[in-house]
Amino acid sequence: MKATREDVVFDALKVLFLIGLVVVTLYPFINVLAVSLNEPMDTIRGGITVWPRQFSIVSYQDALSGQNMVVAARNSVARTVVSAILQTFATAMVAYTLSRREYVFRIPIAIIYVITMYIDGGLIPTYFLYRSLGMVNSFHVYWLPGLTTAFNMLIIRTYIRGISDSFIESAKIEGANDFWIFIRIILPLCVPVLATIVLFTSVWQWNYWWDTFIYNSSRVNLTTLQYELMKRLASANAAMSGTSMADAFTRALDQAGSQVTPKSIRAAMTIIVSLPIIMVYPFLQRYFVHGLTIGGVKG
Amino acid sequence: MNPTESTFSAQHDALAPATLGRRNWSTIFRNQGVLMLMSIPFLVHLLVFRYGPIFGWVMAFQRYRPGRGFMDQEWVGLLQFQTLFADATFYRVLRNTLAMASIKLVMGTFFAILVAILINETRNRPFKRTVQTISYLPHFISWVVAANLVLEVLGPRGVVNDMLVGLGLMQERVLWMGRPDLFWWIIGWSHVWKTAGFGAIIYLAAMTSIDPQLYEAADIDGAGRLQRIWHITLPGIKPVFVILLILNIGQLMEAGFEQQYLLQNSLVMDYSEVFTIYVLRYGLQLQRYSFAAAAGIFRSVVSIVLIIGANTVAKRLGQETLM
Repeated sequence: MKATREDVVFDALKVLFLIGLVVVTLYPFINVLAVSLNEPMDTIRGGITVWPRQFSIVSYQDALSGQNMVVAARNSVARTVVSAILQTFATAMVAYTLSRREYVFRIPIAIIYVITMYIDGGLIPTYFLYRSLGMVNSFHVYWLPGLTTAFNMLIIRTYIRGISDSFIESAKIEGANDFWIFIRIILPLCVPVLATIVLFTSVWQWNYWWDTFIYNSSRVNLTTLQYELMKRLASANAAMSGTSMADAFTRALDQAGSQVTPKSIRAAMTIIVSLPIIMVYPFLQRYFVHGLTIGGVKG
Repeated sequence: MNPTESTFSAQHDALAPATLGRRNWSTIFRNQGVLMLMSIPFLVHLLVFRYGPIFGWVMAFQRYRPGRGFMDQEWVGLLQFQTLFADATFYRVLRNTLAMASIKLVMGTFFAILVAILINETRNRPFKRTVQTISYLPHFISWVVAANLVLEVLGPRGVVNDMLVGLGLMQERVLWMGRPDLFWWIIGWSHVWKTAGFGAIIYLAAMTSIDPQLYEAADIDGAGRLQRIWHITLPGIKPVFVILLILNIGQLMEAGFEQQYLLQNSLVMDYSEVFTIYVLRYGLQLQRYSFAAAAGIFRSVVSIVLIIGANTVAKRLGQETLM
């Protein structure tokens, strides 16, 4: 088929737009990486784009020597691992029971789950409930409230329904109970969807900061990496209370007394906090897209 | 058991399999006891953690003081709601929430579909893969990180100022984050930056399920690229578009508080405050718990009405719907 003039113009604009999309997506990351690796005093002069002008790792040293950072990293890892394992296991178990057609409570339980996708109690009643359950200033607030979630449950249930009943029937004839069937037959067959859910949960847990902020902000030993970065961001925003550009610049120059500027520490922390996500990104891409299509089709 | 009885019970089961009343519960417990043990504890957990707060709504009709039981409080009827609807800030918050949610919905959907169409029209596989891989990335990083990037890019020494001044389009550098008139659009564009690539996936999936024969037939009829997109691709993604639209309309009262909370500063407060931030400020910071709970209930109830309304309209129009 011959390319018409419309095709040529369309393709040119298309390639231009998509390249633009790539540049706009990547530039902020590369810029922050360059800033984090640049000598902090030199950064104040501005003009750092994609490459450090005076290479230095002092921003990283300073960010990591902050007293909260080790605790924060430990908590971020702990909440991610604990939630990924417990939440995925619990959600899969419920999904299995709701996939059994003979189960009498299948429909009522499914309805109760689906309703939670559309209605929530709101911040204040939730806060008081958690407080009365002793979950304020507690690690449990990170994994317990979301032990099972409707969305993930529906994805896993759809997957289990696609598994042939004959596996379950033959195990039943041999006298296996449902828990045994779930552990020994269903879980191994569900590895692809469970991997998706583990990744969903891990990324969400790693990235979440609101619960630390609302429930655990008064306990330093319960802080997380995202929350530490959020506090830095909040103080950068607070510095913007001046009324003019001149103010903002003066403030930036006042930092000259300290060895590392907030901007450079923030850049280093941004990279540290994103690094785990970027490292697992190849897996994320594959499983997330997969998961989205399983869940999306059935809705 | 005599024959008449067994016939009756068989008939009964066949006629009304859903009525459990007459069935033998002890058999059910024996056969399904393990299933119950595997699901009911989690159901109880869900009722406590997800439905529990809904019972906490009673506090909106009280003057709640912590330290006393929920039922041992002063009841004030609709006073909190009256105060809410008389509060000027409430209307500003409502305006901000709806404005930013609408901007995000329209811009986010437009760019997701645009990216999907352009990727769908790309035949060069390595290029296609590269664009997809990179454009999904922002979806996976937190808003805390994304907000830091926004602050850098739009900062006094950021790339936007560098370029605009460098190209001579502006005389002076601008403190973009301090401009109240631009805050909604910064929210809109940063939303597009973070979600357009990933949002395109679901539209791309819908596009790949369009019958290729339709495109071949259009070629034979002499349709151009744009005509094919307009008459085949866009109608092909309509069901997905409608479902996502209904879901997003349910989110209109949310507007994504994280983003506003992380990007706001005192210069733009009048345009950045959305419902959840308002509830947070009155509730946990100013300790007007019952008032904040009332504001939260208003938000939840409007969300439900919106999603049911959108669903009903879609159903009337003969579209595939959620419920």
